[in-house]
Amino acid sequence: MSEYTYPILFGLAVGTLTRVYMLRTDYRQYPTYLHGKIIHVALGFIAAGLGTVAIPSIMEEQFTAVTFLTLAASQFREVRNMERNTLTELDSYELVSRGKTYIEGIAIAFESRNYLVIFTSLLCTLGYLLFNILGGLAAAIIAVIISKLLMTGGRLKDIVDVEYVEPRFDGAGLYVDNIYIMNIGLPERQEEVLRYGMGFILKPKNFNARSTIANLGQRQAILHDVSTALGVYRDSGTPALVPLAKRDLDDGRVGVFVLPQEKDIDKALKIIGAVPTLENAIRMPSERQTNGKGS
Amino acid sequence: MVLEKYILAVITTNPSKVPSGAAVFHCEDKKEMEIIAANLEAILDGIAHALTEELYVIVKH
Repeated sequence: MSEYTYPILFGLAVGTLTRVYMLRTDYRQYPTYLHGKIIHVALGFIAAGLGTVAIPSIMEEQFTAVTFLTLAASQFREVRNMERNTLTELDSYELVSRGKTYIEGIAIAFESRNYLVIFTSLLCTLGYLLFNILGGLAAAIIAVIISKLLMTGGRLKDIVDVEYVEPRFDGAGLYVDNIYIMNIGLPERQEEVLRYGMGFILKPKNFNARSTIANLGQRQAILHDVSTALGVYRDSGTPALVPLAKRDLDDGRVGVFVLPQEKDIDKALKIIGAVPTLENAIRMPSERQTNGKGS
Repeated sequence: MVLEKYILAVITTNPSKVPSGAAVFHCEDKKEMEIIAANLEAILDGIAHALTEELYVIVKH
């Protein structure tokens, strides 16, 4: 056993545990089953191994050994591809699809979490080698907190005000507030829509938010999350019963129309507020020099 | 070529308003029109849209 054995084992353990911690089954319900989890824990173990041996190799002046971290980059890019392919394949069988932007966001998260594991293991081993096991533990705690901060993104309630509005019909046109959603011709279908449908108005808090919620992927993510959490009154062969989100061109508000199985307004408001703002949908026109800051 | 939206059928109570180029169903009254539209909606997996009181179209989305 060399002097590095324990630091390396320690880094490996902490890194793998961090991956397990980040692999919670949440409302996104993915991955749900053991096989899906094993893949990610195994990859997390590999990532932890890569991160943890970097410090001992530098200490032994084996600088070239660090270059194999580049191997990690290509390895984990594959993870992103794998997640993207799987979720895209499955998306066509969802009653309310996730949408490509949401899938890309999930795939990116899976890739970046492996890098967070590398970073955690690297810090732990460094802490252990520079000080002692307590130093390693302190580094582990700091790294896990940083990972947690980096992992959680923004929520929709930070950028929009959500308000419940009863959907209504004007002739055959379905409206949420003054926003036209779709044309439903059959009276019995209209009754169903009014019985089960719920309307929400998302009012952007500033100009940046206006562009972000205009993104079609972001809107699909809202519909998917609400439908996952509250159920959806829909089946194949009933294309008229479809949750939709449309935009008011004048002021950038978005009208969301959903058909939940459970019609609970408070719950629905909370769920919409907790929808993640997808990093691929975020736009910041105010960051441009020609535009002023804020709205 | 993949067509994103396509009129699959037209259901009407007013034969003079009927376009050519689509399957047309002539009906006696509004009630019959609604029944046929509801059935066609289910069969064709499209949505019945009301253009006017006497003209429905089934559209594939």
